[in-house]
Amino acid sequence: MSYKIKLKGPEALSGKEFTYCPGCHHGIVHRLIAEVIDELGIREKTLMVAPVGCSVFAYEFFDVDGTVAPHGRAPAVATGMKRAMPENVVFTYQGDGDLAAIGTAEIIHAANRGEKITTIFINNAIYGMTGGQMAPTTLLGMKTTTSPYGRSAENEGYPLHMAEILSNLPGVAFLARTKVNKPQDVLKTKKLIKKAFLAQIEGKGFGMVEVLSTCPTNWGVPPVEANKWLEENLVPEFPLGVYVDKVGDEK
Amino acid sequence: MAEKVMVKGTEAIGEAAIRAGCRLYFGYPITPQSELTEYMSRRMPQVDGVFLQAESEVAAVNMLYGAASTGHRVMTSTSSPGYSLMQEGVSYIAGAELPVVFVNVVRGGPGLGDIQPAQSDYFQATKGGGHGDYRLVVYGPESLQEAVELTEKAFDVADEYRNPVLILADGLLGQMMEPVEFPEYRDLNTLPDHSSWAMQGAKGREPHKITSFDINEHVLEQMNLRYQEKYKKIIEKEQMWEEYKTEDADIIIVAYGTMGRIAKTIVNMAREKGVKAGLLRPITLWPFPYEIISKLADQAKLFFTVEMSMGQMVEDVKLAVNGKKPVEFYGRTGGVVPTPNEVLAKLMELI
Repeated sequence: MSYKIKLKGPEALSGKEFTYCPGCHHGIVHRLIAEVIDELGIREKTLMVAPVGCSVFAYEFFDVDGTVAPHGRAPAVATGMKRAMPENVVFTYQGDGDLAAIGTAEIIHAANRGEKITTIFINNAIYGMTGGQMAPTTLLGMKTTTSPYGRSAENEGYPLHMAEILSNLPGVAFLARTKVNKPQDVLKTKKLIKKAFLAQIEGKGFGMVEVLSTCPTNWGVPPVEANKWLEENLVPEFPLGVYVDKVGDEK
Repeated sequence: MAEKVMVKGTEAIGEAAIRAGCRLYFGYPITPQSELTEYMSRRMPQVDGVFLQAESEVAAVNMLYGAASTGHRVMTSTSSPGYSLMQEGVSYIAGAELPVVFVNVVRGGPGLGDIQPAQSDYFQATKGGGHGDYRLVVYGPESLQEAVELTEKAFDVADEYRNPVLILADGLLGQMMEPVEFPEYRDLNTLPDHSSWAMQGAKGREPHKITSFDINEHVLEQMNLRYQEKYKKIIEKEQMWEEYKTEDADIIIVAYGTMGRIAKTIVNMAREKGVKAGLLRPITLWPFPYEIISKLADQAKLFFTVEMSMGQMVEDVKLAVNGKKPVEFYGRTGGVVPTPNEVLAKLMELI
């Protein structure tokens, strides 16, 4: 028996070095998406919509056709693509500012239409690229550069729970909230991402995976501590789990 | 060419778009263009096309962005407040160099304004509206027949230059009925092939990346310089205008769209009174026909710009005339359409 040692990364990654901060989870999630694309054999028909924010360069990190949407509009851009090219696989990659603030209308309506697209939603409870301002998902009491005294319910309202909101929409075929701060979570998340793509490929509807993520730079903590902070603070606020699953188990 | 049929303005533009090969329409209802959206909802399924009513003009323009990035012919239509909402997407589409056709059936503004015909979106249409250094080709049709012909041309020009094109109509054109001859259906197989840049899946080739973005200011400057080269070519090749009785004219009326059409009557009325008037009607509002107006400024004694606005295009006329001759202005706004008699009275005051 002979073994082939594979040194290359997934084919769906361009090989361009990630530009993310140390300890940020974007790189892990990129890798998982790329592995899923490889395993599904869809690299040559995948179209991606990158966001505005830290991961704006995502279109360069993936070896697939890609574009950058205006802030929050990725689900609308993806809708146009998918309607034009129903045989292709279309996914958006969005952060919490993108998806839960400026783009709330677009994500709700795309999900409600049962748009056959896949959305990967990175929720780190803060604005990254603009330098650590409050996000819709920022926790109560959490200090950011625009909530320097801590977010208060009275002034800024409560953290927005997108997975719970979207899970009420009949157009949603797969929806899960997960995290990647531990190895076992990484493996689990990959399975969930695959299902979100399968929801689209099998024509069942809209698929989304929300990934609770770290932002050590703007949280102001070292990467290891950020992983711990996520576990202790984000997870209790944003319950993990599969919210909608019309895909079923893998055969 | 088929026989003439009686149609409504908004529907004429919709039908022309379909015949030009447009198979994806995304839009949102707003008066006075809602019939175009309704027309597309009926017609698109009949030609295996896509009609989708977006949740907003913001979503509609971004759906266009996505669909256009796959190399298909796409269109949306709206009216003034809706076109304002689309400006973010217009800027991105111009930056991403995507061929998209917009229709703005202009109504009175600013703000919510009213639903009557106006020309007060001229600045927004021709000088930007969205952020950044970009240009749209802008057509101002005067009749439904011309609107049909310019709609077909709009798709070809958008394709040729990979640039958005805007048809700037007004509520009057949108709502009136006229007999129109439609062109034949374009064979979709003869449409320009966009596979060299479009997002259709990276099968057997390097991935295509379509963006309006580069974080490096020097690269972005190069992108902008490339856009400007394209705009220069458009200025050279795509200017359109109509001259009416200008050969011996002392007074040149400059008016476009519905106002240009009314101005022909005014020219005739003035000539009956022994005033040698003529009309210069810009058909492309961008690129604006500066050169021809500049030439006419050597011959004419006076320019008289008439608009359904408080004076927007008059600034371009002044640029073209460049101080050689006086440029007077008359306009009504808020959705009021000037009558030939009132414009003529103003003209007689000037001489």
